[in-house]
Formats: sequence, structure tokens, C-alpha cells
Amino acid sequence: MAPSTSSALTLKVNGEKHTLSVDHRTTLLDALRERLDLTGTKKGCDQGQCGACTVLIDGRRAVSCLQLAVAAEGREITTIEGVADGDRLHPVQQAFLDLDGFQCGYCTPGQICSALGVIEEHAAGWPSAATTDIRPEAGVPELTAEEIRERMSGNLCRCGAYVSIVQAVARAARAEEETV
Amino acid sequence: MTTTTGPAAVTGAVGSAHTRVEGVAKVTGAARYAAEVPFANLAHGWLVLSTVARGRIRSVEAEPVRRMPGVLDVLYYGNAPRVDAAYEGMMGRPDPTVAVFQTDEIPCAGWPVALIVAETSEQAREAAESLVVHYDKEPHDVDFFPGRPGSYTPDGDGMRVEKGDVEAELAASTHVVDAEYSTPEEHHNAMEPHAATARWDGGRLEVIDSNQGSTWIADELAKLFSLDPASVRVRSEHVGGAFGAKGLRVHQVLAVMAATVLDRPVRVVMTRRQVFSLVGYRSPTAQRVRLGAEPDGRLRAVDHEGLNLTSTVHEFVESSASFGRPMYAADAHRSVNRVVRLNVPTPTYMRAPGEAPGSFALESALDELAEKCGMDPIALRVRNEPEVGPVSGLPFGSRNLTACFEEGARRFGWAERDPRPGVRRDGRWLLGTGVASATFPVIVAPSTASATAEPDGTFTVRITASDIGTGARTALTLVAADALEVEPGRIRVHIADSDFGPATIAGGSMGTRSWGWAVRDAAIELREQLALGGDIPAQGLTVRSDTGAAIGALAQKERHSYGAQFAEAAVDVGTGEVRVRRMLGIYAAGRIINPLTARSQLVGGMTWGLSMALHEEAVRDQITGAHVGADLAGYHFAANADVPHIEADWVDDPDPDDPIGIKGIGEIGIVGAAAAIANAVWHATGVRHRHLPIRPDRVIQAGSPRA
Ligand code: FES
Ligand code: FES
Repeated sequence: MAPSTSSALTLKVNGEKHTLSVDHRTTLLDALRERLDLTGTKKGCDQGQCGACTVLIDGRRAVSCLQLAVAAEGREITTIEGVADGDRLHPVQQAFLDLDGFQCGYCTPGQICSALGVIEEHAAGWPSAATTDIRPEAGVPELTAEEIRERMSGNLCRCGAYVSIVQAVARAARAEEETV
Repeated sequence: MTTTTGPAAVTGAVGSAHTRVEGVAKVTGAARYAAEVPFANLAHGWLVLSTVARGRIRSVEAEPVRRMPGVLDVLYYGNAPRVDAAYEGMMGRPDPTVAVFQTDEIPCAGWPVALIVAETSEQAREAAESLVVHYDKEPHDVDFFPGRPGSYTPDGDGMRVEKGDVEAELAASTHVVDAEYSTPEEHHNAMEPHAATARWDGGRLEVIDSNQGSTWIADELAKLFSLDPASVRVRSEHVGGAFGAKGLRVHQVLAVMAATVLDRPVRVVMTRRQVFSLVGYRSPTAQRVRLGAEPDGRLRAVDHEGLNLTSTVHEFVESSASFGRPMYAADAHRSVNRVVRLNVPTPTYMRAPGEAPGSFALESALDELAEKCGMDPIALRVRNEPEVGPVSGLPFGSRNLTACFEEGARRFGWAERDPRPGVRRDGRWLLGTGVASATFPVIVAPSTASATAEPDGTFTVRITASDIGTGARTALTLVAADALEVEPGRIRVHIADSDFGPATIAGGSMGTRSWGWAVRDAAIELREQLALGGDIPAQGLTVRSDTGAAIGALAQKERHSYGAQFAEAAVDVGTGEVRVRRMLGIYAAGRIINPLTARSQLVGGMTWGLSMALHEEAVRDQITGAHVGADLAGYHFAANADVPHIEADWVDDPDPDDPIGIKGIGEIGIVGAAAAIANAVWHATGVRHRHLPIRPDRVIQAGSPRA
């Protein structure tokens, strides 16, 4: 008997469970786009170099092109389609919209998912390469433009929307802080 | 049935900031790009590219691959349908590369040799990677360098222009700059790789694509496949970046071929690596500039020669030498574009083709001249402002370059600048500032549009425009709103469907100007018809426009946008690192329709300039003739951490010959930006960098400040 090349699995995406049979070679990115019709997650390089495919897996940002779908079973996956609260945009989405943090929009879902991760990671006190004082007692570093640039650098934008992306992330982070 | 016209006219949409009309769709992931529109029974195509840089295909071992699971077909030169590329399209003769699989000849590495079509993309990919192709290799030549033997000056407009006696003026000049500059091969790398889905539906060919003009692509496909133009429909609702690369390419052609052969919908998506070989790129350039001036900086001679490469199958010229022709008054001008044919893919238009590399050379040379004359570089440019086109003698449409420098200098704090190089330090960093001029031609092309008054009081505008991230859809909404004298919220603009009628492309910074004109004409006529009163029929009241006659009647003029680029650079001569600390661009680029998106576009262009100055460089291996590291790790373009705060703004400069005053802003942001940075690096270190990108190894080799 030929070895089986596909498996049935259940993916939990944006709080919803989907049971499907996938080819073992299928990446999480392709499963989302081609099997679940969740095309908001973009493919810019398919090899972990651009960040367009960024989603949140168990709350942490990850590039879904470097993840096999079969390995994502049982994880909580959040894609751009799950970020807004119904018709109410998430503050990060709203800031990208209002400050024009995009042009063609193709990197945008990845940028937004990444920004959600950045805001969480920063609030949890994680340092970055731009953090000057990384001693634990230094506390949460200020989320300066420099910090945002560094932390968002895994997400390429060929349109060159970085200047307004930085402003959008800063605005959303401030809004988040005020609501805590 | 409703009557529309309200009592009070609403205007003022043009010129005020509006978020993108498709913005919510883009931030929520709802906007579907070319590879994301679902089709029942869809098959997936995967390309196979040549691994040799010249030769012939001896055999394609298709049979073993056909037996792999899910494989539906293997298309290659032995079985592909015949096409005919001997036609004239909207942009002239096509690059014969689009006549895919018509020959066994291989003119370059990365040449398409086969398409696997399978039920799933995983199956197609594995089959593509398993396909064995045998080649008879022949020696290739990809070596590009200044003075390259075999180069020639192409026939055709503007390849060689001469006014006055350059040699005599140079000999009579007090100050002479004679320097060579080079720029590397650069790639567009739109974040969305090229993708197309084709299917036959009721005798019509339908293509869902990502392109810069659906009229253009539909017309080319009809000609290539000898189809009735009315039977081809191309749509391109959202485009994930283009920058000149999204024209007719092999993916659309192959999707159509495969859909025809298999009689089912087929999608072809390029991989990122394939994009490096299949969609064009900016040729490297080797340039020489000679400037001659009087002691007071007045130019006697401007001489610019530019060499670029093209493929052996098609001539594309990156006309870098043409940049200075409308820029500076001089007694003598000479500019020559040359090209050499090598075993490489055909280059193409890339954001500011010609102007981007040409401005780097000439605007760097002017900075060198300013140094020799002991003059401020802005004063040098102002001294050489022409009254009329320096070469053409034609009057200018509007020319506000000096106003850009004045405003920019004020905001940048230029007056406090110490002209001496290599004297400012901030810890390990040497600091400097630089300027350069920017210009880009103002172009317009005929387009048609329709405007419909709907019975519910809303309006629908249809035009085969393309929004590649420019904000065109939003700009056209604002233009229509003012012409109809209603709120933008009452208008829906549908774009990018070839069934809407002919319209020009998103290219040459002419999209919004050309389409805006057509939309305005249709909307004004509709408003006038509505003003006569009467009911709106159930199917709506539609008016069509065509700008062909009005555009044909435009007088010949020197029509250009202008800009002043300012940059501050910090250089660590120990590590070779260059950081741009700030950039400011002030533009005279016509009436600005939507300040929010216009600023994004200009800043985006300047970001490209930064990326060109410091990062981008595609490297070809002489032995294999192929790229080294053809991916987004091997080809670095500016990431977020590379980019400082960048400001763009504009002076009032409506185009006198455009009904809305538009000039176009898609390209001018990159022009001159790399030169401003290189000039800032000189000011920081005292060392001239004439070869891009200004890599750390080049900075280290150049050594310490000489000041
Ligand atoms: S598509 Fe996953 S990182 Fe580029
Ligand atoms: S908005 Fe186009 S790539 Fe980022």
C-alpha cells in the first residue's frame, strides 16, 4: 500500500473549527488561502522573507508560509479576517486606514497582524534590538518610532508605506494603553 | 424613479484628504487580489524555467511527469498552441518573450521552458521540480561594464540629442567635471507576485489578472491569440503593487493557453524567484557626465552618455542620458543613450525609467560642480534655470523648481549649512546634508469613461483605470464628486474591467491625469443633462466621454513636474554603515487631488530613492549567467528599520493645460532622491560615491574623511 500523503485535521481559525483533509505538503498559508478561502493572508515570497503571510498562532506572530498545515492542528490561529469586531475595526486597522498606512494593501494584513504582536510583545516587556536598556529592572521600554521600526522590520512593504505604518502602530499602541 | 439634482451644489472634494475608498476592504483582508478570486474546477499551473543561459532545448521528459498524481498536462515548445507576436500593441511591439513556448531556443537563464498544470498547486509544484529538461548549451555573455564592446546607439526618438558644440564649450570652461557613475540591476518586486486566472465562458475569454491596464492586456491577448477583441475580458480589481512590471507577461499567456487546451479555468502564479526572471527589471547603467561652467557657475556644456543592457530578443532602452534635457540652460547640450545586447531577460519600465538612474548621475555631477565653483548647490541650480526648454526651445507649461528649493531650504534649515565636507561628528557618525533636483514628464493619453445617475440618487462611474496602490480609485471618486457637485459618498467608482471601454494604463505618472479628465468630462455632461430635469429611468441615465480629441489638440510644450530633494546622512566610516536620518521632498507636481494618498505616494517614491542609494543590487553570476540570491533575502530593498521619518509636501502648481490641473505624482518621488543621499554622504565624509548602492564595503574602501 502506498503511504498516505494526506491527513484529515481540524484547524481552529478565528475561533471557528474547520475539518478538512490536506496534502501533507500544504502550508498553513495555502490551507488558509486555497482550502478555507481565507485569502486575506497574503503570499509575497512563500519562503519566510517578507512577512506578508503573518498570522497569530496562539497569540504569537508567525509566518504561515513556513508552517505546515498539519503542524497547526490544535493551535488558535488568528488571521486578518478575525481581527475586527464585526463591523467595528480594531484600533490597529483603524489607524492604518486613517493614517494611510498602506498603498497597494498587499503587505497590509501581514503588517496589521504583526503590529498586534508587536503591541503585545512590547506590553509584556520584551526588548528588541533597538532597546537601549535591556535589564529586567529597566521595565517596559518606551515604544518609540525607533522601537516600532525595529520590531516591524520583518514585514516588507514595497510601496514604501513605512513612515505611516510607524505612525499607525504608535497611535494604535497609545489607544490600547489608554483603554487598559 | 427619483429626480436627483438637489438645490445646493457640493464641491471641494478635490484637494481635501480622504481615506481610500477601498481602505476598509484592504485592512480587513476582504479585498481580493488576482490569485484570490475563487473558481469552480480550477487547475493550477506551475512554471519551469531554464537553468542554462544560452542554448537549445534538446528534450523535455514530459511523460514521467504526466504520470505523477494530479498532473493534467505539460505544456512546452513541442505541444504548445501557436501564437503570433508580430503585432503592434498600445506600447508598441511586444517583447517576444510573451510568445512563450514557440521555440526550442534559450536566450537567457530563467527563460520559460514548460508549464505543469495539475489539480492542486502542491502537485503542480512537485511535478515542476521533477521535470527533466535536457539542453544543448552554448556559451553565454552577461558581462556588462562601461565601454562594453558591441554597444550601439539605437534608432528612434531621443536616443541622441545635440545642441551647440559641447567640445568647444568644455574647452572654454573654467570649471569642468568629468566623472563616471553606475547604477546596478534593480528589480520592482511588487509584494504581490504576478498571477492570472483564465477561463472560457460562453465563447468569451475571461482573465482575472494583476496589471497596470486591463484595456492594454485584453488588447494584447486578443492580438497574440488572434481573437476577436470583443471576446476578451480582462479584470484587475486590486493590484498588489506594479511599478512598471505588470504588463503582458508569460503568466497571462500561459493561463490562456492552458485554459484553452484543458477547457477549464487555470491559474498561473509566479514564485518570488521566478519574478526575478520573468517580469522585467531596471537595467544596470554605466554613465559618463561632463559639465563645463563659468566661474559664476553658469553652464556652458552638459554632456551625458548612458549605457544600458537589453536582451538578445528585444530592445528596451533605459534612457538615463535624457534626464538633463529639460533641466538646465547651457550653451551646448549633448546626450546619448546606448545599449548592448546580452544573454539576459529583457529589462522594462521601472518607476521613473531613465530619470531614476539619470538623475543620480547628473545631480551628483552638479554637486561636484558646485564644489569646484565654491557655490551653494541650490544657488548653482537656480543660476541655470532656463527660460524655455534648453534643447527644444519650447515654452514650459509651468515650472516651479525654484519655488520647491526655496520652500525646502526653509523647512530643512539649509541656510545654516556649513558647506565644508567631513567636519560634523555625532559620536561614531559623520554627518552631512545634500540636495538634488527632480523632474518627470507630464503625460496624458486618451481614455473613455462613463457616468451613470442611478434612480436611488447615487452615481456609478466606470473606467478601465487601474489602482496599483496609487489611490486612483479614490482620486477619481473625488474628481467625479466635484464634477457632479455631490458628496463623494454618493459615488461608486468601478475600475479595471476591459468591458468598460478603452482607457490608458497606470504608467508614466499619467493614470490619474488621463482618467480624471475622462471622468470629469462624463460627470459634467451628466450633471448638465440632469439639470434639464426629468426622471431617471430604472436602468439609470448614462453618459460616456472620450478625451481623444481634446488631448490631440494640446499644443506642444515642455510639460514637467519638478521637485527638490533634501537628505541628511550619517556615515560610520569604520563599519561602512550609512544611515539616512531624514529626508524632505518639496514638489511642484500639479494640483494634488487627495493630499493623504498623494503624500503616501511621494514618500513611497523617496523611500525607493533611499533604497536605490543604499541597498538594491541584483547580482548576476558570470559563470551561470543567472542571479545570485534571487529572493527577498538576497535582494534587499529598504525595510522599516532602514527608513527614517520622511516628509513630502508641495507648492501650488496647477497644470495650465489640464482641466483639473493635474500633472502626476507616481514617479517624481524617486527622481533625484538617491543623488541627494549620495551628496549628503560626500558632505559627511568628503568622499564621492559614484557607484550605487553605497554599500558598507565601498564606504570602508573609500577611507576616512579628507577634510
Ligand atoms: S509569504 Fe511568508 S514570509 Fe513571505
Ligand atoms: S502597501 Fe503595497 S506593499 Fe505595502
